[in-house]
Amino acid sequence: MFEITAHVRKKQRVEQGVKFLFLGMTLLMILPLLLIVGHLVYKAWPVLSMDFLLTNPIRGMRAGGIWAPLLGTLYLVIISLAVSAPVGVMAAIYLNEYAQDNGFTRVVNLAVVNLAGVPSIVHALFGLGAFVLFAGMGRSILAAALTLAVMTLPVIIASTKEALSAVPRSFREACWNVGASRWQTIRHIVLPNSISGILTGVILQVSRAAGETAPVMFTGAVFYKAIKEGDLFAYGLMDQCMALSMHLFTIATQVPGVPESLPYATAVVLLGVVLTVNATAIGLRVWLRSRKKW
Amino acid sequence: MRRFLNRWMEHGIETLIRLCGISAVLFVFGIFYFVFREGAGYLFNGLNLKEFFFSIAWHPTSVTHVRYGILALLAGTFSVTVLAMVLAVPFGLGAAIFISEFCNPRVRELLKIVIELLAAIPSVVWGFIGLTIMNSLIIRWFNTPIGLTLLNGGLILALMSVPIIVSIGEDALKAVPDSYREAALAMGATRWQLVYRVLFPAARNGLLAAVLLGVGRAVGETMAVLMATGHSVRIPTSLLDPVRTLTATIAAELGEAPVRSDHYQVLFIIGIVLFTITFCVNLTADLMVRGIRKRQA
Repeated sequence: MFEITAHVRKKQRVEQGVKFLFLGMTLLMILPLLLIVGHLVYKAWPVLSMDFLLTNPIRGMRAGGIWAPLLGTLYLVIISLAVSAPVGVMAAIYLNEYAQDNGFTRVVNLAVVNLAGVPSIVHALFGLGAFVLFAGMGRSILAAALTLAVMTLPVIIASTKEALSAVPRSFREACWNVGASRWQTIRHIVLPNSISGILTGVILQVSRAAGETAPVMFTGAVFYKAIKEGDLFAYGLMDQCMALSMHLFTIATQVPGVPESLPYATAVVLLGVVLTVNATAIGLRVWLRSRKKW
Repeated sequence: MRRFLNRWMEHGIETLIRLCGISAVLFVFGIFYFVFREGAGYLFNGLNLKEFFFSIAWHPTSVTHVRYGILALLAGTFSVTVLAMVLAVPFGLGAAIFISEFCNPRVRELLKIVIELLAAIPSVVWGFIGLTIMNSLIIRWFNTPIGLTLLNGGLILALMSVPIIVSIGEDALKAVPDSYREAALAMGATRWQLVYRVLFPAARNGLLAAVLLGVGRAVGETMAVLMATGHSVRIPTSLLDPVRTLTATIAAELGEAPVRSDHYQVLFIIGIVLFTITFCVNLTADLMVRGIRKRQA
């Protein structure tokens, strides 16, 4: 029989030690977060209710709910995605299906990567300079949504490109061989087979657009604006609006004398919206992946 | 007729697609152009570059002695980023190794989902956590009067940049061909020896890129540091000093600076500085990742 030598035993001990060290590191990253989220919910619990969601902030934002910021965020997200999703998906189709591997394509790819890394506050400066001042939109929902659209665009391009390139090349070749044109192939073969990946990428940007503060702070969101409660069309395109993320910043730092539970509740709602959207995207991805045929 | 229409539509759609592809480049230049345009007037006329980069005096709203020196702000950004990376890199890479090499597929999927959700938490919520929970913890642990410090900002930024380090690092490890692993294990290496001797050297560039992307995230982060670092302009001498970063300065002062005033233009120039820093960091990271892809191909 083989016998375990001292050397091997030591090796195995080191292996076990290292494994637990890394496990510990992973848990140390995740556990505090669960505690933090638990703490937020615990502190927010007294005021969380449907009423909180559906009433405007009152008394200088020291009481009441979050209807105006919630609706503002909804507007910003929908308009920005309505712009960035089609443009982003088509740009990705161009890069993945049409572009040859030449200098220009490399520049475009590089631009996409770097666009994704631009800090959100620089996007805010860009939005202020380009949309608010240069294009003359003023501080409005439109300007803020377009700023968010530019911010989410590169990530949508990147995720869509990944989804498109996951469709095997043989699918396309088979389609070309029966005489389909490039666009017909994309329309009937490539897109249906990659729609899950594309959708997930877009949904993930919904939560990013909802959570960003800096880009909307100087381009369209205001500290306070009362709107009609219960009216889904209370904002116009050129109005200024409140935004959930900025509302949290405002009542947490700018307004003295806010009861403690209000910012906690706002944070929990924002966190809840973002995590729900992301969980949906992840669920969708897992479900669609399990149905994938190749 | 129908055929003609189809062809015409196809042509239109393809043109549209091409235009969208080109728009990506336009946006990058657009961002640089518009940020530059707003700051250019003062950059070439009036700004003392030496004072701008090497003075710690930042008095943009003073009546008599207006000073625009960003050295302290640079130091703030630098110190918060370094602290965040010192905390986040070991944990991030450790978690990446654990997820990629040490756990079973089911746990791996679960952990990856958790990391993804972690990455989705908005920065303003992180800032709020820093402002409330971290603040009171730091006051209690270190017995200081105020907890909005460099340490607080560093911790928050570390938590924020860990997910990106984990996911890119895990990608880099996964990109190492399985034949490397099989060869090492067949020689009798333990998993740790495999990680240490084989995977680290093989995935070095990808891991470095993961760290750089974490740096990029930390440098550019705005709301969290605005709320958690205490917002006082100075070069920090200890972990418990409040600091202020470049990003937080723009966010805090842009609303009050009159449009096209010197102060307003200086804030845009800070934007250009930030853009340049993150551009260089991301470019380096991208070249490293690309290097790996090429070697594999």
